[in-house]
Amino acid sequence: MARKAAATKMNISDEVMISMQAVNKWFGSFHVLRDINLTVHKGERIVICGPSGSGKSTLIRCLNRLEEHQDGEITVQGITINNDLKNIDEIRRDVGMVFQHFNLFPHLTILENCTLAPIWVRKMPKAEAEAIAMKYLERVKIPEQALKYPGQLSGGQQQRVAIARSLCMEPKLMLFDEPTSALDPEMIKEVLDTMVALAEDGMSMVCVTHEMGFARKVANRVIFMDEGQIVEQNEPEAFFNNPQSDRTKLFLSQILDH
Amino acid sequence: MADHKHSAKQNSGHAFVRAEDAPLLPPPATEAGLTGWLWQNIFASMADFSSAGASLRSACVAALTVFLLYFGFAQIYTLLDFGVFSAVWSDPDELKREACWTVDQGGGLPSGWHAACWPFIYAKHKFIMYGAYPSEELWRVNLSVLLGIAGLAYVLIERLPRRREVGAMMLTLYPLLCFILLTGGNLAIPFGSIGLWLIIGLAVISLGRLAKRGFLGSTLSEFHALIGLTGWAFVIYNTVRGFGAVDFGLEPIDTRDWGGLLITLVVAVTGIVVSLPLGIILALGRRSEMPAARLICTVFIEFWRGVPLITVLFMASVMLPLFLPEGVNFDNLLRALIGVMLFSAAYMAEVIRGGLQAIDKGQYEGAQAMGLSYWQSMRLIILPQALTHVIPGIVNTFIGLFKDTTLVSIVGIFDLLGAGQSAIADAAWSTPVQATTMYLYIAIIFFVFCFGMSRYSIYMENKLSKSRQH
Ligand SMILES: Nc1ncnc2c1ncn2[C@@H]1O[C@H](COP(=O)(O)OP(=O)(O)OP(=O)(O)O)[C@@H](O)[C@H]1O
Ligand SMILES: [Mg+2]
Repeated sequence: MARKAAATKMNISDEVMISMQAVNKWFGSFHVLRDINLTVHKGERIVICGPSGSGKSTLIRCLNRLEEHQDGEITVQGITINNDLKNIDEIRRDVGMVFQHFNLFPHLTILENCTLAPIWVRKMPKAEAEAIAMKYLERVKIPEQALKYPGQLSGGQQQRVAIARSLCMEPKLMLFDEPTSALDPEMIKEVLDTMVALAEDGMSMVCVTHEMGFARKVANRVIFMDEGQIVEQNEPEAFFNNPQSDRTKLFLSQILDH
Repeated sequence: MADHKHSAKQNSGHAFVRAEDAPLLPPPATEAGLTGWLWQNIFASMADFSSAGASLRSACVAALTVFLLYFGFAQIYTLLDFGVFSAVWSDPDELKREACWTVDQGGGLPSGWHAACWPFIYAKHKFIMYGAYPSEELWRVNLSVLLGIAGLAYVLIERLPRRREVGAMMLTLYPLLCFILLTGGNLAIPFGSIGLWLIIGLAVISLGRLAKRGFLGSTLSEFHALIGLTGWAFVIYNTVRGFGAVDFGLEPIDTRDWGGLLITLVVAVTGIVVSLPLGIILALGRRSEMPAARLICTVFIEFWRGVPLITVLFMASVMLPLFLPEGVNFDNLLRALIGVMLFSAAYMAEVIRGGLQAIDKGQYEGAQAMGLSYWQSMRLIILPQALTHVIPGIVNTFIGLFKDTTLVSIVGIFDLLGAGQSAIADAAWSTPVQATTMYLYIAIIFFVFCFGMSRYSIYMENKLSKSRQH
């Protein structure tokens, strides 16, 4: 099987990270996620793409309960996502999320942004949290900005801070929701480089993006969504070179032909 | 593109390469310095003589400017003349009202004299400041005020160490200390009832803790914050009552003897200090996802916003006793205080809700995704930003509250204005300028406080916007 091959190549364990079974979600009467079944193993990198409004954001936001699903079962690291606040807290502690618009806290410095969750959620002493924050700020190559405020940084730098901020919680899984779509072209590369480095370190990632170069380079699997359903999923090479569904072909022709 | 236009002007071809940098020049005089300021703000609008119409307009603007300047200076001069230049400053012969009489009235001042009679204010000063508070006990008021000013100054000045701790003391120990100093404590409250209520309060707090852990079912767990707050309210209220019942050897002074600026400050400071946290809780409740909390807060806010403060005060002092059981006698000042607190909390809640609404949804999501709890994300992320957004509105409410304290004189409490008015009624100082002098003095006191708050708020805004450039 193709998956097995990828798994050996990219060093994926058998441990299941995310499992979604027959998940359905509605916004009012609008059926936004339809019968989603998805399993992600530890160390796997998943890229989700699809037309605007197809439910990509909704899907990954269900994984840390920023959105509530009404039907089906989602487990993350073996913890079921339901109304139990304790489960949700536990999952959010281990799942980092990076947003399209960064969502940094403008009233806190970069360093404070990074130490906030370790101090308040992990109850880490301040000095230790700061050491970890500096480690990850160095990792995303902006330690010198630590004492500035988010408003003083460029978009690309802000997004890298957002990545570092998530990493400070030492998550087991990272979710990215179009992390580069709000950026100017010259800043996209610096953010993608950071994400590639993260992938090379073996982080499990679920990433909504239209950066096909990134998908080819790091993804184990590309998932194509349309109208709330998973229409096609495959390894990147096969997905791009030999799409099966007509909808995938149409979508790929639209985003690849310029 | 811009380059193209440039090049088109400089030569007829489209290609252009700059050989030398354009020089960096100092700004014209109209942009810099005092002349620049005068030019931009005053003369620029009246210096256009390029056509007949423009000249006419410039002439009109010039005439208007001259007139307004004259008018403004004339007003200021009249006020200064009344309050300073022509005023009577002393009364060495203890003439009282005759010191401020003109020859027509039998005094020594020239006919037509009309200016402030400051000896009247000296004579009434104690009454305007403290009301009927016993003279030998005034040190208690002075000590409270001095401690308050010192603490406030300490908290407001940056770079002092341990500001947070001092601030916490100002919000906990200081009010308690003032309460004991000002009333004298030794209230007739049975310790048994205080103890009982303290135990009930602690029990309610523990109940809230249990609910939070989810031991009491999901319905109660949603209300753990409310349960906890109720418990704390019991504990705090009864701690205060407990201290009030202790005999510290101070002479008890009935609040009916308090008056003047003392009352104004007590009402305003309590209102300000209580309305902010209460307003925050109400605003959060009104935006909460729990229907019951939302309903309670909305009804509360709309009720208090729908009633004039005068009505609230009347209800508190006249109607409330009718509903209370026989023998339960609330202090009149305390009733007015509670009315003012709840009233301003409702306004504060709406101001803060405005700030909460301005916060991007992404901030809530960012905080949630990192695993912060609801209260943590409110305290650390949302409220600091929301409150900064609405500093002008908050201070506006504070200033409004400070000025509205004058309304308590309607229920027989002699605040600054009430004390001033009753001082005016003193025939021993009866002169034509008696009332004007008193009102001028009271206006100055109010102005100093309100203007101070306003300036501090502007300073805070500038400071915050500098450190958080967006
Ligand atoms: N809170 C909401 N209430 C109602 N409808 C919503 C809500 N959020 C999203 N939707 C709708 O659900 C659909 C899927 O939204 P979603 O944001 O998941 O799409 P997406 O695939 O991420 O699109 P994009 O590429 O534009 O980000 C859209 O039609 C959107 O209008
Ligand atoms: Mg989206």
